[in-house]
Amino acid sequence: MSDPILTVTGLKKTFDLSQPFLTRLTQGGGRKYVHAVDGVDFTIPRGTTLSLVGESGCGKSTVAKLLMGLTQPSAGSIRFDGHELAGTRAGQPPAVRRRMQMIFQDPYASLNPRWRVARIIGEPMKSFGTHPDPVARRKEVDRLLEFVGLSAADGEKFPHEFSGGQRQRISIARAISTKPEFLVCDEPTSALDVSVQAQILNLMRELQRELGLTYLFISHDLAVVNYISDQIGVMYLGLLVELAPADRIFAAPQHPYTRLLLDTVPDITMAHRDMDRPAGEVPNPITPPTGCHFHPRCPLANDRCRSEAPAFRTRGDSHVRCHAVEEGRTDPMPLRKAG
Amino acid sequence: MTLLTVENLTVAFPGRHGTVNAIEDVSLSISPGEILGMVGESGAGKSMTGAAIIGLIEPPGRIAAGEIRLEGQRIDTLRPDEMCRIRGRRIGAIFQDPLTSLNPVLTVGEQLIETIQTHLKLPKDEARARAIDWLRRVGIPAPEARIDTYPHQYSGGMRQRVVIALALCAEPRLVIADEPTTALDVSVQAQIIALLRKLARETGVAVILVTHDMGVIAETADRVAVMYAGRIVEVGSVAEVLTAPRHPYTRGLMASIPRIGARPDVLPQIEGAMPRPHARPAGCAFAPRCPVRIDICSQTRPDLTGHATRSVACHLSKEVPA
Ligand SMILES: Nc1ncnc2c1ncn2[C@@H]1O[C@H](COP(=O)(O)OP(=O)(O)OP(=O)(O)O)[C@@H](O)[C@H]1O
Ligand SMILES: Nc1ncnc2c1ncn2[C@@H]1O[C@H](COP(=O)(O)OP(=O)(O)O)[C@@H](O)[C@H]1O
Ligand code: SF4
Ligand code: SF4
Ligand SMILES: [Mg+2]
Ligand SMILES: [Mg+2]
Repeated sequence: MSDPILTVTGLKKTFDLSQPFLTRLTQGGGRKYVHAVDGVDFTIPRGTTLSLVGESGCGKSTVAKLLMGLTQPSAGSIRFDGHELAGTRAGQPPAVRRRMQMIFQDPYASLNPRWRVARIIGEPMKSFGTHPDPVARRKEVDRLLEFVGLSAADGEKFPHEFSGGQRQRISIARAISTKPEFLVCDEPTSALDVSVQAQILNLMRELQRELGLTYLFISHDLAVVNYISDQIGVMYLGLLVELAPADRIFAAPQHPYTRLLLDTVPDITMAHRDMDRPAGEVPNPITPPTGCHFHPRCPLANDRCRSEAPAFRTRGDSHVRCHAVEEGRTDPMPLRKAG
Repeated sequence: MTLLTVENLTVAFPGRHGTVNAIEDVSLSISPGEILGMVGESGAGKSMTGAAIIGLIEPPGRIAAGEIRLEGQRIDTLRPDEMCRIRGRRIGAIFQDPLTSLNPVLTVGEQLIETIQTHLKLPKDEARARAIDWLRRVGIPAPEARIDTYPHQYSGGMRQRVVIALALCAEPRLVIADEPTTALDVSVQAQIIALLRKLARETGVAVILVTHDMGVIAETADRVAVMYAGRIVEVGSVAEVLTAPRHPYTRGLMASIPRIGARPDVLPQIEGAMPRPHARPAGCAFAPRCPVRIDICSQTRPDLTGHATRSVACHLSKEVPA
């Protein structure tokens, strides 16, 4: 892996959910913490895509917010092209933050409804000072609108005049307006219909090819992730449990949780597959299970798993956090039986 | 024997641009124990079709044409109080967000018992026994202990199971499930899908499953109806429609879905967007986006032709074998 643009090491974020001190004193009850992100390491080479997948609440969006400086890490390092960003806030320092932008899941909530589209797209260029001259800025907005498949005249309209897919194009135009090199995309197509999703995914791939962008991509749809990613990181309760090249994850998943995820994706080629096998529920992140967090749902769990947390072990360009994989106790599980 | 038939149903809303038809000329049927999937883009008319069947179209919307029959009885012309009795007792509903379907200040047991008592006229202790039994059937562990707790004490997946139990406990003949798994995680979603299928098999309840997720349809439904711009454009068995779609829209849709395995450089995409109801073109509503349209397409609207197990609304598919 050459030329990393982003390296994350030991990244942690703990939220304090405790009642105020006095309430705890009068009503009892201790401090409560959620380890939303509990020590995550990854590297993204320039011009490639790393995707994070995992069940709701496992910490994907928290990683995204930490990278963007929207929330501050409890520990760890975020190095972006040689600059340490842990501890700095969104927009700071401008010369570095200009090069990182974010696209959100809900393309409506993230666009100011009272601003015309041209102003929405031009705002980052103004605040980062890349296009201080209004006339030049407007010209650039028109170019961006056409670049993402809208028309220059659309700049005069308001967000509510657009469909979901068109609004996501506007978000993308805004995100690329400061010529960033790195985009964090948190579920950018989850609110869209499949036919619109294809249009947006194609646009994102095209932008990556033309502008050399690097993506951190978050999605719960494994087929989407398969299409867009070079590397895939599987998260479970604040930890990466497997990180590997995309084709490897799908062809030879190692971690039992990765296998469970792949096994339960509804699939258009798998009519009436027998899924009556219980998959278990996501445990409470405030009191995660001891040892390996996944042990209550894991078919391979043993006493060691219940007491000792597995380490994130590296083998070639794959990383897995599992005792059974380390001990060679996993049988090469066949991916889905055809139904 | 068919349980429900919908014939030439049109739902109209008065609006700024005159009256618009949210759905037009929709016909479908479903048999006991069958799961009929309904797919299509947002705004295609899936929820509206479901709302018409359970008699919950919001005024000023109204059924402008067509009829709906449940076990032979016409239900679209019933008075609101008569329809209210059918809802819950003979037709149940499951909606996307489990929290809005459950009452937060009542225990799960109170809600189930009330529904069972209202519709099945059972004494309290028998209703309670049934409620526990339903919780067990939908896979809630230790239902005797759980029944007296509140919805917020359940996880998202468990709440959605409770909603399913609530929709089924009055033993309806038909359940309309509108995006029942969209808010859930894939692993929980898989459990809910398996549950719906098991219940259809065991109890003979028929399910209309509305979703925009083709994977869910493939794994759950027996037949699928594809909607576009207010109309059903294709109906058939899941295997046929998903692996050999005939309508150009269904073909485009299937091709645009990313798959696990194949990693093409570019996903096939349908250009453009579905027209809003007031801007639907004359002729075939898909014509402006259709890669294979012919002259007649922009003049004459193609009818849905074929039979219950395979029909298509496209001028190029007239030769569908019967
Ligand atoms: N501001 C906050 N205060 C307290 N807890 C939080 C906060 N933000 C997130 N959490 C908790 O941190 C954990 C991770 O949340 P996060 O939003 O990163 O999940 P996610 O993986 O993005 O899930 P989803 O797929 O549902 O978007 C969850 O347990 C969540 O409840
Ligand atoms: N209250 C309403 N008034 C007018 N039109 C409506 C109303 N509700 C829905 N519609 C229209 O009816 C059509 C079908 O909507 P709906 O059934 O909700 O679609 P779906 O469930 O397939 O996303 C859409 O064009 C929508 O704009
Ligand atoms: S460490 Fe043990 S419990 Fe955890 S995933 Fe591996 S085998 Fe399962
Ligand atoms: S009727 Fe014509 S325009 Fe419509 S889908 Fe068929 S070929 Fe295409
Ligand atoms: Mg999130
Ligand atoms: Mg709907």
